[in-house]
This record gives sequence, structure tokens and C-alpha cells, in this order.
Amino acid sequence: MTSRRIFLKNGAFALVSLGFAPAFLARTAAAATRAKRLIAIFQRGAVDGLSMVVPYGDAEYYRARPTISVPRPGADASAAVDLNGFFGLNPRLAPLKPLWDAHELAIVDACGSPDATRSHFDAQDYMETATPGVKSTADGWLNRYLQVHPASSATPFRAVALTPQLPRTLQGPAPALAMNQIGQFGIRGGQAGDALGASFEAEFAAAADGVLGATGREAFGAMKMLKAADPSKYQPEHGAEYPRTPFGESLRQIAQLVKADVGLEIAFAEAGGWDTHVNQGATQGQLAARLDDFGRGIAALVTDLGDLMADTIVLTMSEFGRAVNENGNRGTDHGHGNAMFVVGGGVRGGRVYGRWPGLAPSQRYDGRDLAVTTDFRDVFAEIVVRHLGLAETDGIFPKHQVASSAFPGILA
Amino acid sequence: MRSGLRAAAFAGFALGAALLLHGPQRVAGAAAFPSDAGAIVHVLNRIGFGPRPGDVEKVRSLGLQSYIEQQLRPDRISDAAVDARLRSFPTITMRSRDIAEQYELPVEQARRARQQAGGQNPGSPANPANPVPPMLQQQANRPMLELSEQKILRAAYSERQLEEVLTDFWFNHFNVDSRKGVDRFMLTEYERDVIRPHVLGKFRDLLGATAKSPAMLFYLDNWQSVDPNGPHPDPQQARRGGFGGFGRRGFAFPPPPRQAAPQAQNMKRGLNENYGRELMELHTLGVDGGYTQQDVTEVARAFTGWTIEQPRQGGGFKFDPRLHDEGKKVVLGHTINAGGGERDGEEVLDLLARHPSTARFIATKLVRRFVSDTPPPALVDRAAATFRSTDGDLREVMRTILTSPEFLAPDAYRAKTKTPFEFIVSTVRATGADVQDALPLVRQLQQLGMPLYQCQPPTGYKDTADAWVNTGALVSRMNVAVQLASGRLPGTMVGAQLLENATPAGTIAAILNGEVSDATRATIARATQPSQMIALTLGSPEFQRR
Repeated sequence: MTSRRIFLKNGAFALVSLGFAPAFLARTAAAATRAKRLIAIFQRGAVDGLSMVVPYGDAEYYRARPTISVPRPGADASAAVDLNGFFGLNPRLAPLKPLWDAHELAIVDACGSPDATRSHFDAQDYMETATPGVKSTADGWLNRYLQVHPASSATPFRAVALTPQLPRTLQGPAPALAMNQIGQFGIRGGQAGDALGASFEAEFAAAADGVLGATGREAFGAMKMLKAADPSKYQPEHGAEYPRTPFGESLRQIAQLVKADVGLEIAFAEAGGWDTHVNQGATQGQLAARLDDFGRGIAALVTDLGDLMADTIVLTMSEFGRAVNENGNRGTDHGHGNAMFVVGGGVRGGRVYGRWPGLAPSQRYDGRDLAVTTDFRDVFAEIVVRHLGLAETDGIFPKHQVASSAFPGILA
Repeated sequence: MRSGLRAAAFAGFALGAALLLHGPQRVAGAAAFPSDAGAIVHVLNRIGFGPRPGDVEKVRSLGLQSYIEQQLRPDRISDAAVDARLRSFPTITMRSRDIAEQYELPVEQARRARQQAGGQNPGSPANPANPVPPMLQQQANRPMLELSEQKILRAAYSERQLEEVLTDFWFNHFNVDSRKGVDRFMLTEYERDVIRPHVLGKFRDLLGATAKSPAMLFYLDNWQSVDPNGPHPDPQQARRGGFGGFGRRGFAFPPPPRQAAPQAQNMKRGLNENYGRELMELHTLGVDGGYTQQDVTEVARAFTGWTIEQPRQGGGFKFDPRLHDEGKKVVLGHTINAGGGERDGEEVLDLLARHPSTARFIATKLVRRFVSDTPPPALVDRAAATFRSTDGDLREVMRTILTSPEFLAPDAYRAKTKTPFEFIVSTVRATGADVQDALPLVRQLQQLGMPLYQCQPPTGYKDTADAWVNTGALVSRMNVAVQLASGRLPGTMVGAQLLENATPAGTIAAILNGEVSDATRATIARATQPSQMIALTLGSPEFQRR
């Protein structure tokens, strides 16, 4: 593992040492021409999938949710936006409807984990490591992907999370970067910042320790790349308007990095506030406000990226769904199956994937939750194989039989 | 060759080549104790969190061997200075039960009141847009913040440096994440009463204390692991009923204890193997320690009924016979007879604590922490032998390691990369800094990727360089160095001694206490202000190692 890491680092060093940022940039850009990208979005706290993708054709939905259901399409502006005669989008997700119509948005419903846990903590862990039921998995599934699939270009920006800490999904031996604000990636020393940066760079260039030295060189290479890309001057394109929220801001920065051609392959963002036990609301209220942010953010990202979406997939996930019946506080408790969104140029969109198990009590998991008919690992695996182009998923999904016959079929 | 170069560089810096070139003798058993500055700095970097100004001289006059012996008996070291600094943290001496009552309950009550207020008051506890009153939330966070500050202050100022290093090591070995439910108010007691008192005691006692701690029972779910064929009649109650054996009252099948934690609602009740698996994989035998899935299941059966009395109220361990699987178990070929009750679990712990795989696994981890990322096999063998021959006496195991030639060999100097925690604390120590408010340092550790008490997997944080050397974290380290040196890290002031009359050579000598590359020396020599000299020294590649 160590030798591999040193190899990776020396690879990065080889590029940095060619000269200043422009040469590095040019080389990276050339290598990244047709590189595929994945933008993973985690909805932490367990979003109510039944309020995102409303099964208005299942009469049980309205029986189970007397006060917080989304009305059938056609009622008025608060009604669900029809997708296919059975499912409708929450009207607050209407910005995603054009993507559905353009066959760029696919939905995998009744998707989730084979593990029964209803603990946020454990379920997020299982989803991020892609090892349901196993707590001691050392690394996240996207880090294992980075380990297994050789980089098409050596860049410190191959995997970036726009989060304060590196998420479990990306933790592991392969290099991955967490940044709250890409503009803040550098030595913050006020007026002396540049001079201090140059001094540190000189120290690390001569470091006796190979890995430490290479990482230092990598860090200063990254700073130069970002400086050349000048994040402060970024203007979204094609009229994209990101919501002015932390989530919108992180997606805007991901678009910046994509367009800066720094070799970004895996990006990660997250959105919170989904744990709606009390007064969840339907098309107004706390959940609706979160969905509004979520839908507008993704729509803006896709608009902004424009043609680059041909090589990009946006994948959303949440640790589990919420119980079918609303609870005594007009909210919902922790459940099981949930909906995932997959957006991208190569997606066979305009369809809801996964067998719908039905919402009648006898059809539910444990008699209370939406049952899982698609293992989330099969969605991940299909994206790894058919989008990121890794023929064998060996080791990325331990103890899971990966077979294309089990893929939901969201990608051609 | 590498050690030769190091030794030569040290010679120019410290006491002269003669002492060093003798080196410790490479024979099995106890080492010769070197007395050069390089060796002293090495020892202070390993059995503690690095030297403070003046420490090298103190240890030199005491002698390395005596210093190590002293550190092995922390109970005999007075620690008044750190005690004084900790006086302003009321929760660190409190029991979980009291913390729950004083800091958790008010938040719970506020939540309930809001729920009862119904539609007029939308929001939920987890909705950041509409939180519980901020004052109350802050109150609830206080125990974890105080615990975190306490950890930094002890590491920085305690005279019992080895005890601090070991408390950190063993907490990490028996890791519990504070973000899992009620564990947020259980870790104060866990670290103080379960981990700390046993770090130089018997491994079996430490293991037993963790097994019965509510923090671990909750974290690894054993508290809700029950015999799927239960609940059984309570033998105690049946006897008290006076009907002899399982009387009528016994057959009333009392309901299982009320499960108060939110995620337990409607949980399928049955055997939960999490603790059984991690107990063997992470706490004792190691992943290759020779157990099977069948052993995991058998161990889990043995621990059914080991649960928590009222977790939300911070209650303690409870054995509930109604939830226990009374059948016979076979663990690692050893038969545990039917009807053992609570003793089943103790028998499993006895078995695991004395297993040769455990001795080797623990020895390997300790040698990795104290000596090298690639533990010298001969030292692991000797440490494991000590573990076995002393029935897991951790003080003796530590003595074997800390007095070994491998530990004191010059090629072990600076062979470890500091974890972010070690980096932050050694920064405070090296600069003789005064920490009036440790919270900004606690926050820095999040930036550096090592948030205190928030390691999610039960594996704990990794103890090898590859986990900590990455681009983002390295940039953050340099920024910490710049902030601290320029006085822009609130609550922490670099010692006046270091700032006054600072020279490049003096700064390097004070902070690094050892060899530096020409580039580092030249770079620092070009700095014009003391704060820049300090920043460039703390952020240098040399200071990232220990």
C-alpha cells in the first residue's frame, strides 16, 4: 500500500517538476479530454423519498399520509409534477423536470441497503463504505475505486469533496482532497502569504522523507493550479443560477473545478436537514424548503456544465428512506427503501428504475417501510463499470456479487 | 547508512559524535541508555508529545533510564499544574448519569414541548434551519467540548506524558464515536473510568471494563443483542416467587426492557454480532487471529443480555437474564457450558485475553505506536512474550518496549509521522505556548482530518504515516503553523521566551532540537520576523516527524 502511494505521489511530482502551472495544466487538460466524472451528493439525515418521488398512483400513499401527502397531479400548483402516470415529482423539485423530459434524469426507487439498521450513523457508514453490516471497513467505496482504477492524469484534484472533512466515502489510501472553499486552499498569511508559501515550498522540496516531500510538492502544485484557474473570477454559464446556500455554493465550486480542467474525476457534496420527524410538511414547510435548495442546485449545476454533462453523472443518495405512515407529529420516522437520482448525458433517463414493491402494509418491509428491491451497491457498480469505465469492480464492493444482470440498467 | 547520516548531523548539533557513535548496544534485552540530546528528544517525542523548553536538560540531569521508569509510574507523579488548568471544566469529573440529567434532559424536554406545540411550531431537532433553542443546544454540547479541551490540555501540560499517550492509544484501540446517539454524553466517564485507570494495568481488566461500559455496549450495539428465542423467564424473579425453579410468575414472560433510543424503535430484535466480531477482530485477536464466523456468532450468543440500564438517563451496565441465550457455546474450540448466565461473557473475555494471538496483536500495535510503522519482528516477539508471561501486564509490556535497543536505536529517531493530534500538541509544547482556550485547537483538528472523539469506524484512527500525509492536511498544517506563530490562533499564545531575541538558529534549536536540512535552515535564515521563523520551523517537514 505504501509503495503504491509513493508511486502515485512521484507521478504527481513528475508532472509538477516539469515547470510552472501552465505546463502542468496543459498536460492535465490533454489527458483529461474524455475523462468521465462522477459528482456524488449525499443527503445526510435520510430524506423522505416518498415526498421527492411521489407514488400518487398507489392509493395506499394517501391512506398512510393523511396530512403530509403531495396531491395528485393536476389539482393545482401544489400538486405533484407528473412523471409517468404513476410517479410525480414534488413540485419543489420542478427544476428537475426538464432533465426528465430530456431523458437525462433517471430515478431508482425502492433502492437501499440489505441491512436492517435504522441508525443514521450506521446506515451512512454502510452506504459510504458500501459494506452493509460491516463496521470495520477501512476505506470508503469511492476511495477503493480510486485505488483500483489508475488515474488518467496525475493531479491532486482527482477526487475532491466540498466539505469541511473528507467524507467516509472518500477516506482511504488513495489521495483525496477536502475543501470548504476552493479559494481558501493555500497559505493564509495575509500579505506575507506568498512569501511564506514559497519558503515552505523550498523546505518540502528538500525533505528527506520521500512521501512527505512528494506530498508537499503536490500541495504547492495544487495551489498553483488553483491560482491559474482563478476561482474568484468564476462566472456560471448558460444562465445557471445556483441557490445562495451552502449546498448551492458547493455545487458551484464543483462546476468551477470541472471547467478549470484540473483533472477532477470524483466530486462529493452533501446536503443536510432531512431528518423530518416533526411537521415535515408536503409542498410547503421544512422538507419543501430543503427540496427547493436541492432541486435548484442540481438544475443549476447541470445547466452550468452544459455539454460537459455528456461525460458527467450526478448521483444522489441518502442513508435510508422514511416510514410509510406519517407519525403522530405530522412527520415521518426512520424507514428503509428510498429514491436515488441519476443525472447525466449518458443516462437512459425519463424512467423510474427498480421494481415498485407497493405500499400496502403487507408489501412493506417489517410491515412499516418501503421495501428495498434494488441494492444500492448495484447502482454504484453500474456507474463504476458503465460510466467510469472500470471493467472489473474487484475489491470495490467486497462480499457483494457484482453482475451486470443485477444492474438497474440506467446506463447503456 | 541512513542512521549514520542522522548521527553525523546530530553530532554537529548536540554533544559530539563520540557518544552517539557508541549507540545503544544491539543485543536482546535491556539497552544501554544514551544521554545525547538526540536520544532524549526521541524519547520525549515517543513516550510523550514532544519536548517543552527546558525538558531536554531536565531529562539529561535525571538520566533517560530514570525518566522512563518515572513515566511508567504515573501514580507517583504530581500533576498539580494540569489539575489547575482543568478546574474550569465541571463536566469532566461528572458521571454519565449526572451529565445526562443536567445537560441532556433540558434539551429533551424542550423538544418534547415543541412537539406538543404541534403545527404552530414547525421544525425538528435535526433541522438546522429550526433548531432547539441555541442556549440549550450549546449546553448539551458542552460535555463533549470540555472533554476535547481536556484532552488537549492534558497532552500539552501533564507531567504524566506516557499516561496521556497511552490513554490516547487505548481509547483509540477501544474506539467509540461520540456522534453515535447517547455516546455523546458517555465518553467522559468512558475515558476517565474505563480507559485511563487501566492503561498500565492488566489487559484483562481493561478489556473487561470496556466490555461492560455503556459507551461500548451502545456503540457496538450489544445492548440490544438478544436471544431471538427470548425473552425468557427471569430465574431470580421465579425463585423469589417461591414456586421453586420456574414458577408461575416466571412464566409471565415480562416484556423486554423499554428501548428508549430513537434508532431502536421498531428494530427487529435478535442477535447482533457487531460486538462479537469487533471484540475479536479489533480488541483482541486481530483480523488474522484465527477465528471463524461461527466463533463470532457463538461469542455474540455469550454476550446476549449484557445491556444498559436506561441508556438515555446515562445508566450503567446491566445483565438481563431474560434476554440471555442460556445454551451451550463453543468459542475457539473451548466449550462454555449451558446455564452460565453473565459468566458466559466473562469466560469469553478470559479466553481472548489469554490467547497468544492477542499477545501478538497488542504487542504489534504498541510497537508500531512507539517504535516504527514497520514494527521490528524481534521486538514484537519479546513484547508478546512479556504479555504472555505476565498475564497481560501492560506496564511490563511497555517496559520491554521502552528499554529495548530497537526503541533507542538512532534509526528510530523521527521515524514516525505525527498524527494531527500529535502535531497540534507538540506545537504547543515546543513553543512553550500558553493555551487559555483550547477550542480553536479542537477545531483545527477537524480541519486536519482528525476530529477528537469522532472517529467513525471502530478501528480507530490509523497509526501510520500513509493515513496522515495528504495534500489538504499538509496545507492545513502549514496554516496552523502560520496562525499560531503570528498570534492569530485565538486562545493560544506562543511563549515569550521564543519570541524575544529570536534568531533563526535559536528558533531551530528550540523547536526542532535536532538535525535539519540545508534547505530548511536556509529558508528560516531568510525570514526577517520571529513569527515567520517560528511558522517556517513548525510547518517544516522535519517538525511533521517525531
